[in-house]
Amino acid sequence: MTALLEIRNLQAEVAGRQILNGLNLTVNKGEIHAIMGPNGAGKSTLSYVLAGKPGYEITGGEVAFNGEDLFAMAADERAAKGLFLAFQYPLEIPGVATLTFLRAALNAQRRTRGEEELSSPDLLKRVRELAKKLSIDADMLRRPLNVGFSGGEKKRNETLQMALLEPLLCVLDETDSGLDIDALKVVANGVNQLRAPERGMIVITHYQRLLDYIVPDVVHVLAAGRIVETGGKDLALQLEATGYAQYQSEAA
Amino acid sequence: MNAPVSIKTEAETGLAETFAAARPHLPGGPTVAAARAAAFAAFSASGLPHRRMEAWKYTDLRRLMRDAKPLAGAPDALALDQAGTAGALLAGLDVRRLVVVNGTFVPELSDLADLEPGLAIRAMADALAADNAVLNHGLGDLVPESEPALALNTALAGDGVVVTVAPGARIERPLHLAFIATGATATAMVTRSLVVIGAGATASLIETHEGPGGCDYQVNTALQLVLGDGGQLDHAKIIQEGGGALHLGTLLAHVGANAMFNAFAFTLGGLVVRNQMFVNLAGEGTQANISGASLLAGKQHGDTTLSIVHAAPGGQSREVFKAVVDESARAVFQGKISVQQAAQKTDARMMARALLLSPDAEADAKPELEIFADDVQCGHGATTGTLDEQLKFYLQARGIPPKEAEALLILAFVGEAMDGIAREGLRAALETATEAWLAARD
Amino acid sequence: MAAVQETVEQVRRIDVEQYKYGFVTEVESEKPPKGLSEDIVRYISARKNEPEWMLEWRLEAYRRWLTMREPEWARVNYPQIDYQDLYYYSAPKKKPELSSLDEVDPEILKTYEKLGIPLREQELLAGVVRPEGERKIAVDAVFDSVSVATTFQKELKDAGVIFMPISEAIREHPELVKKYLGSVVPTSDNYFATLNSAVFSDGSFVYVPEGVRCPMELSTYFRINERNTGQFERTLIIADKGAYVSYLEGCTAPQRDENQLHAAVVELVVMDDAEIKYSTVQNWYPGNADGVGGIFNFVTKRGDCRGRNSKISWTQVETGSAITWKYPSCILRGDNSSGEFYSIAISNGHQQVDSGTKMIHLGKNTSSRIISKGIAAGVSQNTYRGLVSAHKKADGARNFTACDSLLIGDQCGAHTVPYIEAKTPSAVFEHEATTSKISEDVLFYCVQRGLSQEEAVGLVVNGFVKEVLQQLPMEFAVEAQKLISISLEGSVG
Repeated sequence: MTALLEIRNLQAEVAGRQILNGLNLTVNKGEIHAIMGPNGAGKSTLSYVLAGKPGYEITGGEVAFNGEDLFAMAADERAAKGLFLAFQYPLEIPGVATLTFLRAALNAQRRTRGEEELSSPDLLKRVRELAKKLSIDADMLRRPLNVGFSGGEKKRNETLQMALLEPLLCVLDETDSGLDIDALKVVANGVNQLRAPERGMIVITHYQRLLDYIVPDVVHVLAAGRIVETGGKDLALQLEATGYAQYQSEAA
Repeated sequence: MNAPVSIKTEAETGLAETFAAARPHLPGGPTVAAARAAAFAAFSASGLPHRRMEAWKYTDLRRLMRDAKPLAGAPDALALDQAGTAGALLAGLDVRRLVVVNGTFVPELSDLADLEPGLAIRAMADALAADNAVLNHGLGDLVPESEPALALNTALAGDGVVVTVAPGARIERPLHLAFIATGATATAMVTRSLVVIGAGATASLIETHEGPGGCDYQVNTALQLVLGDGGQLDHAKIIQEGGGALHLGTLLAHVGANAMFNAFAFTLGGLVVRNQMFVNLAGEGTQANISGASLLAGKQHGDTTLSIVHAAPGGQSREVFKAVVDESARAVFQGKISVQQAAQKTDARMMARALLLSPDAEADAKPELEIFADDVQCGHGATTGTLDEQLKFYLQARGIPPKEAEALLILAFVGEAMDGIAREGLRAALETATEAWLAARD
Repeated sequence: MAAVQETVEQVRRIDVEQYKYGFVTEVESEKPPKGLSEDIVRYISARKNEPEWMLEWRLEAYRRWLTMREPEWARVNYPQIDYQDLYYYSAPKKKPELSSLDEVDPEILKTYEKLGIPLREQELLAGVVRPEGERKIAVDAVFDSVSVATTFQKELKDAGVIFMPISEAIREHPELVKKYLGSVVPTSDNYFATLNSAVFSDGSFVYVPEGVRCPMELSTYFRINERNTGQFERTLIIADKGAYVSYLEGCTAPQRDENQLHAAVVELVVMDDAEIKYSTVQNWYPGNADGVGGIFNFVTKRGDCRGRNSKISWTQVETGSAITWKYPSCILRGDNSSGEFYSIAISNGHQQVDSGTKMIHLGKNTSSRIISKGIAAGVSQNTYRGLVSAHKKADGARNFTACDSLLIGDQCGAHTVPYIEAKTPSAVFEHEATTSKISEDVLFYCVQRGLSQEEAVGLVVNGFVKEVLQQLPMEFAVEAQKLISISLEGSVG
């Protein structure tokens, strides 16, 4: 069976600084992997490199996404192939209604995949169903994307997009940042509903808290640009108690 | 209707006569003399600025400057005596005072003892006499030499102060350039100063300009600042001229890479004031905080004109200007942010607010953006309005009499522009001056 | 939104910079010799069968113009215009008096069809041209110097609305024309307006009588076809007490490698409780990629809120012309009157735009609102220039201004030059302006969701201008949105 994501010896730099130093990671369909680590370990860099953000230079290694060379694809192709990044800080687009954005994104992906575009009534119906599950009210769909949204609203919106776009691989970058416990539960609940045998997830987080709600199959520790330890969900609890200090000295 | 104005005004004729008469006696060798002649020729070509010149749209000097006063002579004993109080506003501050009386630098009145290492001070007249081309120091890239107020200054400047701070020197004690006009007879004083701050050096410079009330004397003063890479300069200019005075002030600042330039311009006095600042953020990563306030009443005309050029990448500038306009005074603010193509990642913001306190007061604002680089964040805002009646009422309801309530609100309004002033004593002095102005309102 | 989709499609379909209205119509025309003189002014007046007073008015303007100088204050550079090397009048050669559309040169009808402008009422009614056909739009089509057709005249007449070419109005309603022509933009106003006063050849005239709400949108489509011909149209719209009219204006011209002069004057007069909404989609030929050719668009548009509670709303989408020099303004004379200016100005290639507005507050409790969105791409220069002033007696004047500029590419310039003049303490003016580029992070966010780079830019730009697009009547908004994308074609690297 082909792994959903296979990262081999990945090295990358930003503005001339090496951040990822030979990272290896395999995610199979149906699995949820948590990546934890201290600040500056390269967690966000990993998510941006996978999504194809300009300014991140791959200096070594390779990544296969569903058996295909990820780095041969442009960022929008990766999205159309089913790679979704839930941003730590979702961006605001003044003047563009959330619903408009959802339609533009979904239909762009469908066109790229050579599929029929979804008609407006069908899309609206689908979005409304999903929004209801995530306690997103219709008013938010009419508001410009993320403009004036609270932290919780922005993260719920990311989850809504994820549910609508039905990706194969979800990368959640610090989804818990800026959320209070109630908002965290709503978002985690939304994410859990997306668990599926065909889908993999990478949950990037600094704290164990999120993993109480999104229970991972595998937990990795990322330090100094490499996976330095891998274990079960107990590893997260252990980290909560001991902190990251041991890994930082180890890596250095 | 757009034909150039060709008939000379009385003031223009007077200025030509003044220049012709003064020429042989003005300090400087052949280089300086040539610069003066060229500057006056440039001035003659355009004449006094008027409202059809875009940069002087709101300050029509052809109308506001009726005649040209004779150049002031060297200060006599009486003048020196009267000048003893120069810069009293800063009495509470430990400053090194450098006094310029009626356009002449007076070492005897100045504090030249125990100069900090790296600090050098001399008279502009001496520098010019040595035919040193300081008149043109770093000017070319800032403002065309035909700029009328500056051209007149170049042509006629007799003296001023030249200050240099050696690279790396840190001059803690502020330098206080105290300009004072004395006497009951109206004269014209034209001064030019130059301050050069070496790379990595820091200094603080405060200018005060004052003179007698009831006398329509004329001041044309220019200051050239050269701030080296990594240097820091805090500059303040306080215009407290007498009630009949005309003050034309020009600041030319050239700011080097990673340098920090803080400036505050405060206009309280003078009948007609045009205070213009041309700031060139020439090096990468410069930071500039330029603010100002004008408190105007009676028939005062106070024009603050600012031009900031971002010439290199990564610069940041912040500008906050406030005008409080009472009676039939008129406040003018022109502020232009120019971002050249090379100046990517510039972050520039400007805010200009005017508070009108009387039915006859007037405020004109022209904030301007000129952007040639795409990766920038630039913005400006401008407002005009009067005191918030609801706030006033709220204060009154708490037992504060109307006049005090107004004063409180005005002080808060002006205070926002002073937020960037780090030196406590200076800020206190400016607040004291503001309070005195408020107390004098009826 | 469907419109976004359409924009995106449009962008995809058009590969190189191309101006889709650039074709030339082959019609025979009659023209006097090139150049401007009293004789030409007399010729134009005679061709229009004008009364003596009109000729005198023109001649006075012409003599005044001879003493004036071309303004130089705008941030536009262009080669000296040789005013003696232009044709000042060009009319399609055909029967001088048209009684029905059937007499219009079929070539011209085809031109308007190609432009998507419905001149045949039956087609419009049948919904052939506009599927949403519920709304009726009366059209006055001006081809070079003359109005070739005005639709729905009868229906409008029944409502009491006069909508006809100004050349006809001069003959048929001299009392109205005499009373209002030049009352907002005097013949001596400025160089280009004075020139227009001397040589204007046609344009639209609208009079909406007291209490009448015009039953349909009125529109004029201007088309410059002839080579070396200046177009000088004159539009005069009067909304009498309590009246309302919405007026749309569209402009196109063939692709030619010489510059052509367009110097129009639009005057609006609004009486008590009346309102005029004036929308423009200006898409004159902008010149080619090297900056050759294109229209010089020097236009004076001004409205006078003469009555109490009167209102003028200007909306403009400026995408065309090599040079745009235009400041639709409001004189807020009546107490409680209000003025609005909504603008999208897009410049690409070598275009130069210097546009904005003047809000002159004279009456009590007047208010104005300015929303300007400038987008500069290519090597273009895009300037907002605006004046907001309150007269001493304009108690309670209010203004809000927001000017935002977006730069696409590092070879263009965006400039903001507002003048804010308050002569009364009770005026409250607020102005804010920003200049920025489209954030790379926002683009990446869109791309991560599957949009191409170009789609992402289109989406963000449409969001940027949305507030102004919303002011346009539906049909225009869709057209404008397409134009915006076409105008930015090739701007994304």
